Amino acid sequence: MQESEALREFVASFSGKIGAPISALRGILESHGYIGDEHVRLVADVFNLSLADVRGIVSFYSDFRTTPRGRKHLRICQAEACQSVGARQLTDEISNALGVKLGETRQDGAVSLEAVYCLGLCASGPSAMINDRILVRVSKEDLLE
Amino acid sequence: MSLAQVPYDTLSVALGANELADALTAQGHRVTRTGSFGLSWLEPMIIIDEIAYGPVTALDQLDEVRLGPIETLPALASQHRLVFDRCGKIDPFDYDPTWLCDQLRRTPREIIEEIKKSGLRGRGGAGFPAHIKWQTVSDTPNQQKYIVVNADEGDSGTFADRLIMEGDPFRLIEGMILSGHAIGASKGIVYLRSEYPVAADVLGTAITKAGQLGLLEQFEIELFIGAGAYICGEETSLLESLEGRRGEVRNKPPVPAISGLYGCPTLVHNVVTLCSVPAILDMGGDAYADLGVGPSTGTMPFQLAGNIARGGLIELPFGLSMRGLIEDWGGGTCSGRPLGAVQVGGPLGAYLFEEQLDTPLTYEDLARLGAGIGHGGLVVFDDTIDLVQQAHYAFAFCAHESCGKCTPCRIGAVRGKEAVASMMTGEYTQSHLQLIAELCDVMEEASLCQMGGMTPIPVRSALGLK
Repeated sequence: MQESEALREFVASFSGKIGAPISALRGILESHGYIGDEHVRLVADVFNLSLADVRGIVSFYSDFRTTPRGRKHLRICQAEACQSVGARQLTDEISNALGVKLGETRQDGAVSLEAVYCLGLCASGPSAMINDRILVRVSKEDLLE
Repeated sequence: MSLAQVPYDTLSVALGANELADALTAQGHRVTRTGSFGLSWLEPMIIIDEIAYGPVTALDQLDEVRLGPIETLPALASQHRLVFDRCGKIDPFDYDPTWLCDQLRRTPREIIEEIKKSGLRGRGGAGFPAHIKWQTVSDTPNQQKYIVVNADEGDSGTFADRLIMEGDPFRLIEGMILSGHAIGASKGIVYLRSEYPVAADVLGTAITKAGQLGLLEQFEIELFIGAGAYICGEETSLLESLEGRRGEVRNKPPVPAISGLYGCPTLVHNVVTLCSVPAILDMGGDAYADLGVGPSTGTMPFQLAGNIARGGLIELPFGLSMRGLIEDWGGGTCSGRPLGAVQVGGPLGAYLFEEQLDTPLTYEDLARLGAGIGHGGLVVFDDTIDLVQQAHYAFAFCAHESCGKCTPCRIGAVRGKEAVASMMTGEYTQSHLQLIAELCDVMEEASLCQMGGMTPIPVRSALGLK
């Protein structure tokens, strides 16, 4: 089976389920790493939605990135509990050290730096994620390692 | 052969609990994985033959971190754990449904009556009396009714929902099945935030297990994972999201109890609210109402977070002062510096200061300060806090998370952010402060939901505006 057919079938498997377009987009995100324009068209077509509806969903939810992330995807919590233990300064230092701004992917694609708002580890901050690994009480050295 | 309990919750695993479990197994211990008790500063805390050790970094140094018998550990023994009574102790998937099946023999009216007697109020932030919602859904005629669990725990400084879903998922399943029985709902949906993958795994496994135990024949449970939107913690935004759309808030009325998911009567509750239900039915509504102070009945899992020496979850009856919680339980700031401020109840909560710390933690006492208890989280800052920067963050967060449906929130937050930014760069004039005060008034009065409506709370308290 061609990849496009398999993907269409995957998207269609959410038909009739709660929050179907969102769950389908989540699945695409997990397998492809980002939501491309071809995915927006596919989801719109399968669920009989307008392109504007699907683009609206993609732009609303912050998980739905539309560009590939860096090979190392770094997320640092920016919420209050982590602020109180120096997350702002940590983020600035990391941003300078890696040469990438918060919310951006470095041109060489090696690293992306993003904000996350609360991982629920608020008594052990600052918290961060490198790809899927969670780090707590994190220092600049831990993150640059 | 000795029995070792090692937590597998997100925090403990980040601190090396999986490696500890492997090492203990290699040493010949029989290892059970459990949730966390919520004593964050002691994680990873392991128990070997009923003796607790923590924080454990290496197994050859266990004696240095020996805490004593788990049963008498002061940090646990002095709590009043009703919602969290099993959390941390048990293997979350080892579940005996006898108690639940007994409770399901009670009539719906009897159960609603117990909830009414208990005085239980929503633990998600609004503090609305639970039984009114239950009665409304029950009284609204419709073939299909739903329970929706708001597990979109996005407030910074809160992790009670995560801990209970990771450590005792059957507590939530019990709460859902019992409330479904009481109000006549045949389906429950858990709206879980995507930032909690471990909770998703554990809860998903527990739901499958509940099905195998035959508990889901009358009541079906579905798990839905969100996609990163703080606003989806607002109940109507959450319902929009469940229907597969942008999470834009709806006008109220109609309230979800009358017209909620797909227009059907829907009981929307936070995780801890539903997890309080089994305790209430077990001890009786009257006994539950005897705990706490006045209309703030029962227990609340408070969460001490931020710059705090001994942070974590502490379940206590309402009424302890903030000072008692922060100083006696929490041991003050972890930086060792004097306390600067404490933000109570998440990003839409007030910044409170030293002179306000003797206020008891109840819905009523905090309301008198223009504050709220929210989801029970307290984020402690030391005296290096820059309150103007925090006011800026409050507006920036609102601008980032606003659903965009109503103008006061969508535009007000952006203009507010700009006005505070000008204060930070020294272009400050009295007119900026006047503008911010007026913006706060407009946002509070005219926003469609509490995102815009409550953003003025942290802003005003941080800037000392009335």
